[in-house]
Amino acid sequence: MIDTKDSVLPVIGLEIHVELATETKMFCRCRNRFGDQPNTNVCPLCIGMPGSLPVMNRKAVEYAMKVGLALNCTVAEFTKWDRKSYYYPDLPKNYQISQYDLPLCEHGFLDIPLKDGSTKKIRVLRAHLEEDAGKNVHDNPSHTAVDLNRAGVPLLEIVSEPDMHSVEEVMGYARSMHRLVRWLGVSEANMQMGHMRFEPNINLHISSSSRTCKTPIVEVKNLNSFRALERTVAYEIERQYSQWRADPDGYSIDKLGKQNRGYDDDLGRTVFQREKEEAHDYRYFPEPDLAAVTVSQEWRDGISSQIGELPLARRARYMKDYALSFKEADALTLDCPTGEMLDAAVAAGAKARRCANLLLGRGSAIANERRCAIAEIGVTAGQLAELAKMLDDGQINATAAAKVFDELTDSDDSPRAIAEAHCLLAVTDTGQIVAWVDEAVAANPRAVQDVKAGGKKQARAFGFLTGQVMQKSRGAAKPEEVQRLLRQKLGD
Amino acid sequence: MAETIDAEKVRHIGKLARIELSDREVEMFSRQLGSILEYFDKLQELDTSGVQPMAHPTDIRNIFGDDVPHESLSTDEALANAPQRDGDFFKVPKVIGEGR
Ligand SMILES: [Zn+2]
Repeated sequence: MIDTKDSVLPVIGLEIHVELATETKMFCRCRNRFGDQPNTNVCPLCIGMPGSLPVMNRKAVEYAMKVGLALNCTVAEFTKWDRKSYYYPDLPKNYQISQYDLPLCEHGFLDIPLKDGSTKKIRVLRAHLEEDAGKNVHDNPSHTAVDLNRAGVPLLEIVSEPDMHSVEEVMGYARSMHRLVRWLGVSEANMQMGHMRFEPNINLHISSSSRTCKTPIVEVKNLNSFRALERTVAYEIERQYSQWRADPDGYSIDKLGKQNRGYDDDLGRTVFQREKEEAHDYRYFPEPDLAAVTVSQEWRDGISSQIGELPLARRARYMKDYALSFKEADALTLDCPTGEMLDAAVAAGAKARRCANLLLGRGSAIANERRCAIAEIGVTAGQLAELAKMLDDGQINATAAAKVFDELTDSDDSPRAIAEAHCLLAVTDTGQIVAWVDEAVAANPRAVQDVKAGGKKQARAFGFLTGQVMQKSRGAAKPEEVQRLLRQKLGD
Repeated sequence: MAETIDAEKVRHIGKLARIELSDREVEMFSRQLGSILEYFDKLQELDTSGVQPMAHPTDIRNIFGDDVPHESLSTDEALANAPQRDGDFFKVPKVIGEGR
């Protein structure tokens, strides 16, 4: 626990690696596809054969630019690639093609939502395009097996400034970035498939009574889930503080500089990592096999025009224009198409509130079951609009609408046709309801007596009778109407 | 004046490149690399003020391929030159942890 006498400010920066969802790899036209048989998407280039020459994938550059522009970055007019040399079996060329001094995108920011409803700007230092490595499989105790299907897949590395000061801010930034890259359609950002990996660097600025200290900056590599990121940051804040308490003079950035730690998923915390002394000697130099890239104003504007409304702006608009709560607006802006569906239904004349209720009720439940976005469950904006209007006009009640909604996921029929086919349209024929009321009253003298007697049992008995009538209507009568007619019948 | 390439530096570079060097080779490379750097010293004498730094050796720009898959090698072809294979994988000596 942190002593209240010390003022402790965690200072956290985050590097995020995002695999881009191009069809092919960055420098060859092998498929960029997860889950294929090992070493099937490989060619002389991506297995590092001498004499093979890389050709830059235009789409990868454009996807990277798109992210950069959405992050308010400056896109470089001139950019080039560099070789980062290190030896590891999943890197067949013994160097990674990356960007060193002239990255494609620089100096942007991402607004992240805070709990109190406000937003905070997290600055982005740079976003550069590099290639992913293959996969080492360590299953066998005697050797390592290497699959190079992933080698050369385009990877965008997004580096933040150390602008985050709490676990909440780190998670807000990571989740906002996750939502953004999916929103832009440049990455599936599937965490299970390793499409997004995190590398936080964390230290503490501590002011105690007499002085200010900074703990060593700890970098943790290759975190591939939100949970691992959250645990790492929370643990490091506590760990660094207790280490500093134990040794305020020795445990400082001046004495120890930067350190690396690993993350142990079983322990749920970071662990000490022994390092080779030459581990960071990457000997960058310009990649001579790739032409440099110049970005014209025209090209940049073309990419920029593909970026529509971004999640944060849309969420704010839903709260303002549609009077949705933060939580509702947030849930409807997890992905881009769900909001487009809502907007289209509203444009077709439906009330936003009704549509949102349908989408966040059954829509969200079905999407959860199917592990997809609400927009992907098979209901169209037109169907949604019609169902919302029927609800609004009292042609169908909420229970029946939920049933119709479920049917819509597998049907191209109109909500009205489905409601008719399943006898779910609201019964507005008063005479019919009166008949059901009479039946219910005749069949339940005890409940009728309880209602008439008043007292404790009255409300329950009245509810019971309402239920009986609703059942007779198979949910198609309006409950308010049933209650009105019941009261009339039992009134005196 | 260029950095000198002493024996220790040559050994370090050898280690980074994963090659074993004999004492005789260390001495030889130290001399050879040293003379290359001396030549760079000579180049340094040129007045380059007012000359833009060169970020790339050619003037060619914007060479791109379209994002359309081509056929890859078969797994057997891909593994044909590997000293050892483990099923569909390249087989290499055991590596521990992430050495990056
Ligand atoms: Zn390839």
